[in-house]
Amino acid sequence: MTDFFAMGGYAWYVWMSYGAVALVILVESLAVRARLRRAADAARTAAAAPSAPAARFQPATGDS
Amino acid sequence: MNFFHYASPATFYPLAGRIARACAIAAAVLTAGGLYLAFVVAPSDATQGEAYRIIFIHVPTAWMAMFLYLVMAFWSALALGFNTRLSAMMAQALAPTGALMAFLALWTGAFWGRPTWGTYWAWDARMTSTLILLFLYLGVIALRHAIVDPRRADRACAVLALVGAVNVPIIYFSVRWWNTLHQGSTVSLTAAPKMAATMLAGMLVMTLAAWCYAIAVSLTRARGIMLERESGAAWTRLAVGTA
Repeated sequence: MTDFFAMGGYAWYVWMSYGAVALVILVESLAVRARLRRAADAARTAAAAPSAPAARFQPATGDS
Repeated sequence: MNFFHYASPATFYPLAGRIARACAIAAAVLTAGGLYLAFVVAPSDATQGEAYRIIFIHVPTAWMAMFLYLVMAFWSALALGFNTRLSAMMAQALAPTGALMAFLALWTGAFWGRPTWGTYWAWDARMTSTLILLFLYLGVIALRHAIVDPRRADRACAVLALVGAVNVPIIYFSVRWWNTLHQGSTVSLTAAPKMAATMLAGMLVMTLAAWCYAIAVSLTRARGIMLERESGAAWTRLAVGTA
């Protein structure tokens, strides 16, 4: 097992590469799900108050 | 089948949800299988030792970075030509994932270049053109945030995305046009691959995983964008279940 993680002396390069990919996948997945949840909550709020001015021309606030 | 049926957010929103879920599951399964091939089945490289195992994420992310740009340019062209709002939302949803793929291609390339070429970075033709690709993605994202009216932002971003598409063939052919540091292609559509079968299998499975991941994550982002931009429309009330 130690041999596996040592990657024949290239541990730093291999795990920095795979670690960065894993981190990006984790953060991006969570971010898009959070953004969808926020948008759905906002849409529900807008639907509950139909007399409010239409929010459809408001710019998006984040680009996660 | 009428393809225009899904050209409106109202009909595409639920379909996108189902596709995203299926692709997320496929991405997880393919990643598990691909990592097994990459770390257990594929042998060490004769000259690079274990450092070559970076190929299994470097090549898929680099391919995705280029391919997603072309998809973004395609949706941008549709948005400009037909003034369809969903096309512009799709282009908008692809930019951040494309930027991350370009970043990862550069990052994993740096960590592969250091042990094999002796340097993290050089102003090599392919590396420089890929850096420009990253800046183009960031430029499209920044331009959108700089324009308050989303419909105007759609058109401006579409023009920038289309002009920037000229960079993709430059990246693709850079290793042929300029003889700098980056090696030529090991896998191409026109010749037999110059690598062991198990290595190639691992790389292709990881590429499929990257495809599925990119589809899942950008469709989920697109759904958020649809709700943000059409909040208050009748279909969003149905979609979030309050009508």
